[in-house]
Amino acid sequence: MLNIQQVTKTFFLNKPNEIKALDNLTLTINSGDFVVIVGANGSGKSTLQHVISGNLEADAGALTLDGQSIGNLPDYKRSKWIARVFQNPLQGTAPDLSIVDNFRLAALRGERKKVKIGTDQVFTHRVQEQVRLLGMGLEDKIHQPMGLLSGGQRQALTLLMTVMNDVKLLLLDEPTAALDPRSAKKVMELAHELIQKYRLTVLFITHNMKEALTYGDRLIQLANGRIKRDLTKREKDILKPQDLYEWFNED
Amino acid sequence: MDFYLAAIVQGLCLVPMGLGIYITMKIFNFPDITTDGSYTLGAVICAVGLTHHVPLSILIPLIFFGGAIAGTLTAWVHTRLKINALLSGILVMTGLYSINLTLLGRSNIPLLAYTNLFTPIFDINPLLNQLVITASMVLLLICGLSYLLRTDFGIAMRATGNNEVMVRSLGVNTATMKWIGLALTNAMVAFSGSLMAQFQGFTDINMGIGIVISGLGSVMIAEAIIRWFATEKIGIHLLFVAMGVIIFQLVLAFTLSIGIDATLLKLLTSCFVLLIVALPTGNWFSSLKRFY
Repeated sequence: MLNIQQVTKTFFLNKPNEIKALDNLTLTINSGDFVVIVGANGSGKSTLQHVISGNLEADAGALTLDGQSIGNLPDYKRSKWIARVFQNPLQGTAPDLSIVDNFRLAALRGERKKVKIGTDQVFTHRVQEQVRLLGMGLEDKIHQPMGLLSGGQRQALTLLMTVMNDVKLLLLDEPTAALDPRSAKKVMELAHELIQKYRLTVLFITHNMKEALTYGDRLIQLANGRIKRDLTKREKDILKPQDLYEWFNED
Repeated sequence: MDFYLAAIVQGLCLVPMGLGIYITMKIFNFPDITTDGSYTLGAVICAVGLTHHVPLSILIPLIFFGGAIAGTLTAWVHTRLKINALLSGILVMTGLYSINLTLLGRSNIPLLAYTNLFTPIFDINPLLNQLVITASMVLLLICGLSYLLRTDFGIAMRATGNNEVMVRSLGVNTATMKWIGLALTNAMVAFSGSLMAQFQGFTDINMGIGIVISGLGSVMIAEAIIRWFATEKIGIHLLFVAMGVIIFQLVLAFTLSIGIDATLLKLLTSCFVLLIVALPTGNWFSSLKRFY
């Protein structure tokens, strides 16, 4: 489904502080995979996501999504197929817009935004039903600005917004890092539920070892811009938290 | 009474400009200084058109178009050449001064002798006639904008200034959005300039100087009213902006009427805006206390 061929990304090329964030990395993600990516800071996890989403352009290598080359497309064109949830809960939603307006934008992901009113009763009702699933009591507040909600609520809504239409790939960049443990658990449970329900293909970056073991069916460790380990679900299931901690102490 | 009525009509002439500033500042989060130039540009196109007897049905679209081009230039400098928003506006505004002067041919053209938008059809009080015409235009503009901002396209526009990262991740080309936004707002600003020229009966090359400040001041007043009423309805926001512009002009009229020297008007304007901007932060007196 997603094919990353020998992708390289270097920052500060030919300067003393040159960093090879991605070093000739090759990775294939199959449809329906829930890939968890771990790695120390600076191992290239975020760069990998940025290269996939198009926020950064790779120096070399090829990217194909369902057989279509996407390496040269700008980020806003790739977002038709690729949805993202950011580490910062404030980045996934527009604070001054109402919940329903935010959902309207998400529902039009990758489509033309026409000069006609789309937030009609039918759509509002649809958003209400979606939001009701969260059990946060937000279904009565969908005309309130997003900015009034807590980080956990906003992150949950961001996740929900990604499934407003068909996306092929969901990129989760430490979605719970800025949340308290209880909200984090809730957001991850919601993510899991949505991923199962909509059979999404997911790339999930995390620093939380417990999350890394609990969720996903494939585990990849990045180090120095390369894949150091690539574990299948069976191998991952027998891992213990200590094993993971040891991985980080190897270098 | 006529004095204050004239101030209200003058305010109504400036409402399209205020709405433009509101949209760039508050919705696009883009401090657009092009305003000073595009306002004069509108007045200049109007003067050249009227003196060459171009019919209003052609002239008005032309004025909008001219403003849109000015906005497009700023958007291009900002999004393509990656120049800071403020600087892009200043560059285009400075360049426009020469273009305006070239188009106008001299620094001032009187327009009283020509038939214009405000020429009364019926035999009524000219000021009343101007009031009706400007008020209906402003109302039309507010209705149109409030519809536009509630459409899918408008939501994308509002989100662009609010959270660019998110909007791009949802498949909106924010550069195009900014371009359309700046073209639209500068078109409105140019229209404002042309209304003003017709209202005051002349176009002056310097009439745009500091217009962005009075626009900002008006938007600040509007913001205060919006906070007061705590409403989320975008149409009401736009209406409050119109009110803000008119209040601003009334305050200026009042300062003039109590006999303050007209040369000090710009100074007073900027002091007044400073006051409105600084009042909500409200730290004046606590910082004073620390001194004593």
